[in-house]
Amino acid sequence: MTSLAEHDHADAAAHALAAGDAMLPRPYRVVRTRQDTRDTVTLQLEPVDGVPLKFSAGQFTMLHAFGVGEVPISISGDPTKEGLLEHTIRNVGSVSGALVAAAPGTILAVRGPFGTGWDVSDGMGGDVVFITGGIGLAPLRPAILELLANREKYNRVALLYGARTPDDILFGDELRKWADLLGIVVEVTVDSGPHSWRGRVGLVTQLIPRIAFDPANTVALVCGPEVMMRACATALRGRGVPAASIRLSMERNMKCGVGLCGHCQLRELFICVDGPVLTYERLAPLMSRWEL
Amino acid sequence: MQTIEEYLPEHPFFAGLDQPTLELLAGCATNVHFDANEVLFHEGDQADTFYIVRKGLIAIQVQSPSAGGVVVDTAEAGGVVGWSWLVPPYRWMFDARASEPTSAVAFDGACLRGKCESDPAVGYALMQRVARVMLDRLEAARLRLIDMYGSSS
Amino acid sequence: MTDDTRVLGLAGLQALIDALGLRGYTVIGPTVRDGAIVNAPISSLDDLPRGIGDEQDAAHYRLRDRGDEALFGFAAGAQSAKPVLFPSDELLWRSRRTADVTVIDREVEPPPGPPYALIGVRSCDLRAILMHDQILLERTAADVHYAARRAESFVVAVACTDPAGTCFCVSMDTGPSPRGGYDLALTELYADGEHRFVVAVGTDRGAEVLAEVAATTATADDVAVAERVITEASGRMGRALQTDGLKYLLYANVESPHWDDVASRCLACTNCTLVCPTCFCTSVEDVTDLTGVNAERHRVWDSCFSEEFSYIHGGSVRESTRSRYRQWITHKLAAWEDQFGSFGCVGCGRCITWCPAGIDITVEAAALRGTPRKTSQRS
Repeated sequence: MTSLAEHDHADAAAHALAAGDAMLPRPYRVVRTRQDTRDTVTLQLEPVDGVPLKFSAGQFTMLHAFGVGEVPISISGDPTKEGLLEHTIRNVGSVSGALVAAAPGTILAVRGPFGTGWDVSDGMGGDVVFITGGIGLAPLRPAILELLANREKYNRVALLYGARTPDDILFGDELRKWADLLGIVVEVTVDSGPHSWRGRVGLVTQLIPRIAFDPANTVALVCGPEVMMRACATALRGRGVPAASIRLSMERNMKCGVGLCGHCQLRELFICVDGPVLTYERLAPLMSRWEL
Repeated sequence: MQTIEEYLPEHPFFAGLDQPTLELLAGCATNVHFDANEVLFHEGDQADTFYIVRKGLIAIQVQSPSAGGVVVDTAEAGGVVGWSWLVPPYRWMFDARASEPTSAVAFDGACLRGKCESDPAVGYALMQRVARVMLDRLEAARLRLIDMYGSSS
Repeated sequence: MTDDTRVLGLAGLQALIDALGLRGYTVIGPTVRDGAIVNAPISSLDDLPRGIGDEQDAAHYRLRDRGDEALFGFAAGAQSAKPVLFPSDELLWRSRRTADVTVIDREVEPPPGPPYALIGVRSCDLRAILMHDQILLERTAADVHYAARRAESFVVAVACTDPAGTCFCVSMDTGPSPRGGYDLALTELYADGEHRFVVAVGTDRGAEVLAEVAATTATADDVAVAERVITEASGRMGRALQTDGLKYLLYANVESPHWDDVASRCLACTNCTLVCPTCFCTSVEDVTDLTGVNAERHRVWDSCFSEEFSYIHGGSVRESTRSRYRQWITHKLAAWEDQFGSFGCVGCGRCITWCPAGIDITVEAAALRGTPRKTSQRS
């Protein structure tokens, strides 16, 4: 902290004012929508002012439905292409409900991008394991696409994906393409399936012992419910992956996205600024305590 | 094709067992094959077999009048199927069906129990392996119980 | 105090208030309202709580007649400067939606109204303002409304000469005398001879304003008396908080059974966070008119004691009161240090005074020191 004697609040305030208002959003227009599953929709948005939004894989925006409210939503689009802003949204509340119901032409307000990214390129020269469950595939998709743009720079790449039922599997066509054409081992499992389901039933953690990777030379990117991420981190540690090489994307209540509102604090961390992507090394002592 | 004695050390379930023990257990085993959709066993039937899967996929499922058949677990290459042969009343609790053409090694349950009882060291080694798989399944089942991916609305 | 130290009489203090008013400031100072000291616009010494002191203890606040003419003879008032510089409700932006277009109104320029001059800011509260500067101005993103209000603000601090029963600024090393961050700082002297104010100058701007009023150079005696008064006040703190190793104490006690004990008393009413000068957590609210055409977005104070505060899909992260109290005190006395390099508590004692259950941060921290730990935790 600046010592009290040196502190010049007027300078700091002037600097802050010049930096602009992080709470003021930009209007975006819904261009296309796609119903991914029963409760999940992908929105493609274009900025009304025409200036595209640059982001890193893993970052999120604060997405606002006028008169309803604002929620943090991870970007699910391709970070290597300048184009439409893409969000894959699950209908779980009033704001997300309004967002998935937004028809083409609807104006939404966007702030961001905010937060830390996956930094998947740290895995170049080694193996990369993506592990995800449920809607967690959406925040990982930009990292997968970033990797695929330079597939030859990575060794073995695996995507382990758990969904509730076969009907809840996201991006099914893309999963097949990644597996068949792009050299990714894609393993999918569901919590339970109908009689007609010919695939695997079980927990995504059970896939971890089944795939080949070099634990000392692997970056593992994990995104899903906290319980799932903890179980995956434990299984990865069990295979010898260092805690510092395991990255998780944390979810917390967020009202500002820029470290001001205080809602997303996890002990000393502001998840919106220090995260959402953090190493298991950093998170392990915090995730194992109830209601922290 | 490999003999059962040659294959058993390659299956993760038997990893670490010594050759004499494997030969002993192989005496209870036969190779089996199931076509897609073929039923291995039905709920309530006499449970007299333990399967280790060599390739393919076996679905453990339960009939429900409202939901139809629900697949609650699967076992694939490297996995195992069937615990009910271990403990009385030796009856299956679920149905098992091959989701795709599947090769497995089938062990006669009574034969395995006999080996375990006559040689407690073999019995302990086998039970340790059974416990490890059961623990893995139980943990996974508990986590699936909380519906962590969440249902909407 | 330096050679720049000056002295003002009562007339000089009135002249100071007048000078600030003439410069266009809205002058805010302590007043008596509804049986409490509250900040309000002032124009005259008569607006100040002359001869009023206070009694403060856990869940207890009373004004009392001091039997003297002191203008600043009380301790922390009901509120700090927080509601002035960081109001509980701030309009962020408006939007208008018509059939084919939605407009986000950027004409809401912060802040409305003239700049504030704050008279009588206590050292604890001044330290809290400096923390808000750090948190709201000097990080990834700034609160532009706070920035605008703060940029123009003028601070006349006052040293505490009569601390209350809930004060522990000495423990937190924030008082009782302001040590920086002010334009001018007063020490009120009334016990010996002439009623006067020893004035320390903190900024050029402070010196300019002071030059316009009848301030004389302080004598060695004035300075000595002021120092003695401060020293005496330092010895009369009503509370103490042992701060060594506090961060590790809180982190290590994350699963202490003591949290259940606090939770059995805590009503999760949020009073402590509302009166706390450093608490900065906020939420946002969307307000739509009946036509659905016009909407407003507001930034409002929030509290980590509310259940919704930590809500994510599926439920609240901190469902129990024990976890919310633990979050609050751990943030104040431990996590704040990791985040901002200092304690998040300035020792003003308001959370103790205004807690309806009389929960005392100094007592709870001390109780943790006495709680045997079952397990240790890496931090």
